[in-house]
Amino acid sequence: MEFPGLLVYWIIVVLMMMGLYIVVAQNNLVKKIVGLNVFQVSVFLLYITMGKIAEGTAPILADEIEIYSNPLPHVLILTAIVVGVATTSLGLALVVRIHEAYGSIEDDEILEQESDA
Amino acid sequence: MIEAHLPILQVIIPLIAAPVCVFLRHPLITWALATVISWVCLAISIMLLQQVQASGEIIYEIGGWAAPWGIEYRVDTLSAWVMVIVTSVGAVVTPYAKLSAEKEIDRDRLYIFYAMLLLCETGLLGITITGDAFNLFVFLEISSLSTYVLVSMGKDRRGLTAAYRYLIMGTLGATFYIIGVGLMYMMTGTLNIADLAKLIPDVAETRTVQAALAFLTVGLAIKLALFPLHLWLPNAYAFAPSVVTVFLAATATKVAVYALIRIVFTIFGGVDILESVEIRHVLAALAIAAMFAGSAVAIYQTNIKRMLAYSSLAQIGYMILGLSMNSVTGVTAGLVHLFNHAMMKGGLFMVMGCVVYRIGSAKLDDMAGLGKQMPVTMGAFVAGGLSLIGVPLSVGFISKWTLLQAAFEKGWWPVAALIVVSSLLAVIYIWRVVEVAYFREPAAGQVAVKEAPFLMLIPMLLLIGASFYFGIDGTSTLTVAGDAAKALIGGLK
Amino acid sequence: MIPEQVIPWALGLPLLGAFGIWITGRWPNIRESVTLITSLLVFVLVASLFDNVAAGENPSWQWGEMLPGLGISFVLEPLGMIFAGIASFLWIVTTLYTIGYMRGHHEKNQTRFYICFAVAISSAIGIAFAGNMLTLFVFYEVLTISTFPLVTHSGTPEAKRAGRVYLGILIGTSIGLQLVGIIWTYSLTGTLDFTPGGIMEGKVQPTIVAILLALYVFGIGKAAVMPFHRWLPAAMVAPTPVSALLHAVAVVKAGVFTVLKITVYIFGIDFLSELGASTWIAYMAAMTILLASLVAMRKDNLKARLAYSTISQLSYIVLGAMMATGLGIIGGGMHIVMHAFGKITLFFCAGAIMVASHKTEISQMRGLGRKMPITFICFLIGSLSIIGLPPFGGVWSKWYLALAAAETDQVIFVAVLMISSLLNVAYLLPIVVRGFYNDPAPDDHDQHHDTDNDHADANAAAHHPGDASGPHQWKWAGMTEAPPLCVGALAFTAAGCLVLFVYADMVYQFLLPVVEGTVK
Repeated sequence: MEFPGLLVYWIIVVLMMMGLYIVVAQNNLVKKIVGLNVFQVSVFLLYITMGKIAEGTAPILADEIEIYSNPLPHVLILTAIVVGVATTSLGLALVVRIHEAYGSIEDDEILEQESDA
Repeated sequence: MIEAHLPILQVIIPLIAAPVCVFLRHPLITWALATVISWVCLAISIMLLQQVQASGEIIYEIGGWAAPWGIEYRVDTLSAWVMVIVTSVGAVVTPYAKLSAEKEIDRDRLYIFYAMLLLCETGLLGITITGDAFNLFVFLEISSLSTYVLVSMGKDRRGLTAAYRYLIMGTLGATFYIIGVGLMYMMTGTLNIADLAKLIPDVAETRTVQAALAFLTVGLAIKLALFPLHLWLPNAYAFAPSVVTVFLAATATKVAVYALIRIVFTIFGGVDILESVEIRHVLAALAIAAMFAGSAVAIYQTNIKRMLAYSSLAQIGYMILGLSMNSVTGVTAGLVHLFNHAMMKGGLFMVMGCVVYRIGSAKLDDMAGLGKQMPVTMGAFVAGGLSLIGVPLSVGFISKWTLLQAAFEKGWWPVAALIVVSSLLAVIYIWRVVEVAYFREPAAGQVAVKEAPFLMLIPMLLLIGASFYFGIDGTSTLTVAGDAAKALIGGLK
Repeated sequence: MIPEQVIPWALGLPLLGAFGIWITGRWPNIRESVTLITSLLVFVLVASLFDNVAAGENPSWQWGEMLPGLGISFVLEPLGMIFAGIASFLWIVTTLYTIGYMRGHHEKNQTRFYICFAVAISSAIGIAFAGNMLTLFVFYEVLTISTFPLVTHSGTPEAKRAGRVYLGILIGTSIGLQLVGIIWTYSLTGTLDFTPGGIMEGKVQPTIVAILLALYVFGIGKAAVMPFHRWLPAAMVAPTPVSALLHAVAVVKAGVFTVLKITVYIFGIDFLSELGASTWIAYMAAMTILLASLVAMRKDNLKARLAYSTISQLSYIVLGAMMATGLGIIGGGMHIVMHAFGKITLFFCAGAIMVASHKTEISQMRGLGRKMPITFICFLIGSLSIIGLPPFGGVWSKWYLALAAAETDQVIFVAVLMISSLLNVAYLLPIVVRGFYNDPAPDDHDQHHDTDNDHADANAAAHHPGDASGPHQWKWAGMTEAPPLCVGALAFTAAGCLVLFVYADMVYQFLLPVVEGTVK
C-alpha cells in the first residue's frame, strides 16, 4: 500500500491519539474532558467516513439515484453523539462539584489534598 | 400473550420507572417504586430463565423489524443466568437501600439516587439481553453514566474525584469498544451479534478484524477492571455510598464479563479465537496477576471497603482465568463464579454498609470490638469471609473446586497451585478484620453501637445465606452454568 | 430405628443440642443439662450402630448433591465406627468434667463454648461417617472452624496469636495441599468414594501416587506430622476440656483417622505397599515420633509437654498407615482408641491440677501428689498406658504396630517404637515422681521456673479469671482435690485404660474386616 494510504484514516488516528494524549497528560480536569471529546469525535469520523461510498449521494429515494451512501453509520453516530454529550455534561458537572469541594480543578492539587486527608 | 413480550419488558419497565422517580420526588414513594420494580424485574428474569430452559433460545424482534436490520433481543441460558444475577441483587439491594441511602446521601437527592439505580439496572439488563453489538454500547453507556452519578452521591468528597476518574476511564473503555464494533462493521456490514458470528470467520485473518478484537478486549477489560486496567475501581468502590458499592460490586463488573464472553465466545467463537491467537495466554497471565496483586494489596488496606474492592479484583481474576481455559469446565467455573461472587461480595459489602450505618466509618481501626456490639453483622462478615476463602459448604468452595478441576483437566498444574496459594491470601485479609472486630477492645473514645436495623440485616442475611445455600446445593447453579458453558463452547466446535 | 435413619440423627442431634444450648444459655443449669442429655443421646445413637457394622453391614445415607455427581454421603465402616464411638463416648465424660472445670475456673462466654463444642462433635462424627472424600473434607473444615473460637476462648493476645497459628496451619494445609490432592484424585479417577482396595490402582501413575500421598498426609494438618505440627502446642491456650477432648481426641484423631482412611480406601494398602510410595513418609512420621518426644522432655509447662507427646503419638498412627500393611492399619486404629483414653486422662489431670492449685508448670508441682493423690494416681495410669506397659490398653496398639514394622522388615521402625517408649518414660514419669516423693515446695504459684515463657504466659493469662477468686478446691479426707465432677471424670477414663487392656481383642476383631485378606 502506498504512503499515506487512506488519508482519512491517518487523520482519524492522529486525532484519536491527540485526544488520548490530552486525557492522559493534562493536569486540568476540564482539559481532560476536552481531550476525551476529541477522542470521541475521531471515532465519530471513523464511522461516518466508512459509510461513504464513492460517488454515492444521500440516501433519498428518487428515480435518478442509484448509488447512495450507507445511512446506518450516521444514525449510529447520532446516538453516539447524544451519549457523548451526556458524558461531557456529566463530567463537567462533576468538575464543578469537585471545584466546590476542593477549591481546585488541578489533578495534582486534588491528589495532594486527598493524601493529606 | 404477555410471556411473549417478557424480553422487552425486562428492559422497558425499569427504564420507564426511572424518570417516574424523578417526577415523584418523594423519597419514600420513590423507594417503594424502586423496590416494586426491582422485584418485578426479578420475577421476569426468572420466568425468562424458565422459558429458556424449557424451550430454548428466545428471539424477540423489536418493533417487528427482522434482524439483521432491526435490533433483536436474544435470551439464551447465559444471558438469562446473568439477568437473574443482576435482578436478584437488585431485588435485595433496594429494600436495603432505604436506610443506608438515607444515612449516606442527602435527603433532597434521594429521588435521583433511586432513578439512577433503576437506570443502572436497565443498562445492565440491556447489555445482557440485546443481540446487537451497537445497542450493547448504548446500554453500556446508560449503565455507566448512571453509575458515575451513583458513585458521586456520597458525602465523602473523594467520591467526586473517584466518579470523575471512573468517568474518564469508563468513557475511554466504552469508546474503545465502539471502535471495535465499527471495525467489525466495516468488514461485515452487520451489527447483529448472531450475524457477526456467522460472518467473522471469513474475514478473521484480516488486520482490521484483529484490531477490532484488540479494541473490544481492551475496552471491556477496562469496564470489568481486569488488572492492570483496574485503577478506577478501588476508589470508586471505597468512596461510593455503601449501597451503591453493593450493587456495583455484585453486578456491574459481572455484566462486563458477560459482554467479554459474548465477544470472545460468540462473535469470535467460529474461529475459536482463544486457540488461534495468543489472547488466551495473555488473559490467563493477567488473570493470575490480578489474583495475586488484588489479594496482596487487599492485605494492606485500612479501609475495609477498599480492601474488599481489591479482593474483587482478585476474584475477577478467577473468572477470567476460568474463561481463558476455553474448556467446558473452565467456562463453567468462570460463570458459576459470576453468580457466587455476586452473592458473597454483595453480602460482604452489605455488612460494610451496616457498619458504616452504625459507626459512620469503614476504617479497620474504628471496628474494634464490633464483634460484641454488632454480633449478627460481624457474624455475617465472618461467614462471607469464609466463603471468600473458599471453605466447604460456601459458594466460594464450589467455584474453587470447579476452577481447580478445570485446571487439572487442562494439565495446568502450576496454575492450580497458584489458584490455591492466592486463595489463601484471602485468609490473611479476612483474618485481620476478624482480629480487630473480636479481639481488640474498643478505643477509649469510641461510642458503643447497636446492631444494625432489621431492614438492613434481612437483605444482608439473604445474600450471605444464599452464599451458603448454593454452596451446599452447588449442583443447581453448576447445572445452569454448565448448560451455558456447553452452549458457548459448542458454538465453536 | 433402622440404621439408615440413625445416621442423620447422630449428625444432627449435636446441632440441635447446640441450638438448645443457645436458647437456654441464660440458665447455666439447664444449659448444661441440655449438653449432657445431648451427649448421652448421641452416644446411644452411635452405639446402636455398632452391631450392624460388626455384622459386616455398611449402612449408608445420602444427603443432596453438592457438586454434580458428588454428594454428601455417609457410609459406615469399622474404622469410622470406632472413631465416632470414641468421640461420642468421651464427649459425655468430658461434658461432666467441663461442668466442674468451667465453673471452678469461672470462665466467661460459657454458652459459646458449649455451642462450639457440640458443633465440633457433630463434625467429628461427620468425618467418621463420611462416605467419600468430599464429605470428609467438608466436615474436616467445619471442625477446624468450629474449634477456632474454643482455642481463642480467653480472647487474650496470646490466644489471638495462637489462633493465627491454628487457623493458618490448619486452613493453609487443608486448602493448599489436601484440597489440591482431592481434586487431582477426582480428575484422575473420576470418583472420590471410599472403596475397599482403593480407587487408584490402574488409573494413576506411580510418581503421581507419591505426590498425591504427600499432598494428603501433609495436607491433613490435623495429623500434626512435622513440619506442620506447630498448631497443636499453640492450641493449648484453650481451656483444658478443649485440649482434652478436642486436641487429644476429636480433632487430632480426625486427622490420623483421615490418614488411615485414605490409605485404606483411596490408595489401597496393596497398591501402596507394591509401589513403596509411602516409605519416605513413614520415615517422616518416625522422625516426628522421636523429635516430638525430645521436645516434650524440654517443656516445663504441663499442657505443652502433653501436646508434644500427642504429636509424637499421632505419628505412631501415621506410621502404622504408611507401613501399608494390614497390621499397621489395625495397630493404628487401635491406637486411636488407646491413646484417646490415655491422653484424655492426662489432660483431665492437668486441668484438675490447674483448677485446684493453679499450677501449670511441672517444676511447681513438687509434692503436689500428696495433696491430690487421686489425680496423680490417675496421671500415673494414663502415663503407663501411653508408654505402653501392661496392664493398660496402650500396650496392645504398640504391639501391633511393632508387629507390622517387623512384618515389613523395617527394623528401624521397631527401634523407633522402642526408643520412643523409653522417651515417654523419661518425660511422663518424672511428673508423678516429683508429685509424690519430693517435699512440698512453698506456695510459689506466682513464680515461674519456666524454660518456656510462651506457654507459661499463655496459661497465666488463661487462668487469670480464676485468680481473683482463688483456687477452687474440694477438701475431703485430708486431700485437696479438684471439684468432684473433674475427679470423677478423670478416674473414669483412667479406669478405661485398664478395661481396654482386657477388651483389646474386641477392638481387634472389630477392625479386622477393614483389612480383610491382608492379615494372616
